[in-house]
Amino acid sequence: MSVNFDVTETLDVKGASCPMPVVKTKSAVDDLDEGDVLEVVATDSGSMSDLDGWASGTDGVEMLDQVDEGDVYRHYVRKTE
Amino acid sequence: MSTDTPDDAAATAPDGADEAPSRAELAARVDELEAQLSESTADDGAKKMSIIATKGTLDMAYPPLILASTAAAFGYEVTVFHTFWGLDILHEERSSDLKLSSVGNPNMPVPNVVGALPGMDRVTTSMMQKRIDDNDTATIEELIETSLDMGVEFQACQMTIELMGYDEDDFYDGVRTGVGAATAIQDMAEADIQLLI
Repeated sequence: MSVNFDVTETLDVKGASCPMPVVKTKSAVDDLDEGDVLEVVATDSGSMSDLDGWASGTDGVEMLDQVDEGDVYRHYVRKTE
Repeated sequence: MSTDTPDDAAATAPDGADEAPSRAELAARVDELEAQLSESTADDGAKKMSIIATKGTLDMAYPPLILASTAAAFGYEVTVFHTFWGLDILHEERSSDLKLSSVGNPNMPVPNVVGALPGMDRVTTSMMQKRIDDNDTATIEELIETSLDMGVEFQACQMTIELMGYDEDDFYDGVRTGVGAATAIQDMAEADIQLLI
């Protein structure tokens, strides 16, 4: 998938496990402005499903891309409102 | 039996056709139902979750806290009503010392008869605690603080506070005391998700 966007900020949640990647992503997104893109870097393999589910079940955010790099999972979330 | 019955014949009610509502009556009924629907969904828009937490063992303290903080991340207004042993989760001193027992849990690597020996709860608890540390799983205190930051309302049941001999000041700052079953029922009635844990 190739989507064009600039990362506004990066959130490092490496080492953290459920529910912290989702909870910390939510808090980080709250501090952003509309249109900003947050990169979330996690080591929890459950974050692939959890963050995608969170993004689709939550108003005002959009999951742009998720990249599985084997030992690290990168998620790109845009704040839409 | 013929299958090519004319449409108008099939659409006509065989008996009691005079009891069928008219088009105008149906339209009026639809308007009425639509009005009711918009009234009941127009509430205040926020989704709500209500959890009743009744257990105070280390393993059973996690599910209500994980679900509460995650639901808050989804934008839910969350209340967690703690009663009986569930109070220990909110008890500042006791929450850092929740125990895990292997008795009654055949999945634990300790036979029940051994698990019942004095001191075994300490062993199983420290086994679990080590796993929590090794996996960087959030601690109970961390989850409570995070949930409070995210706006989760923790309630401590007044009747059981007194039953257990606790004091209202024993709980984390921000915990709501002086509430009872009626408050819990009210929250559950308004909630989209209700859980008893």
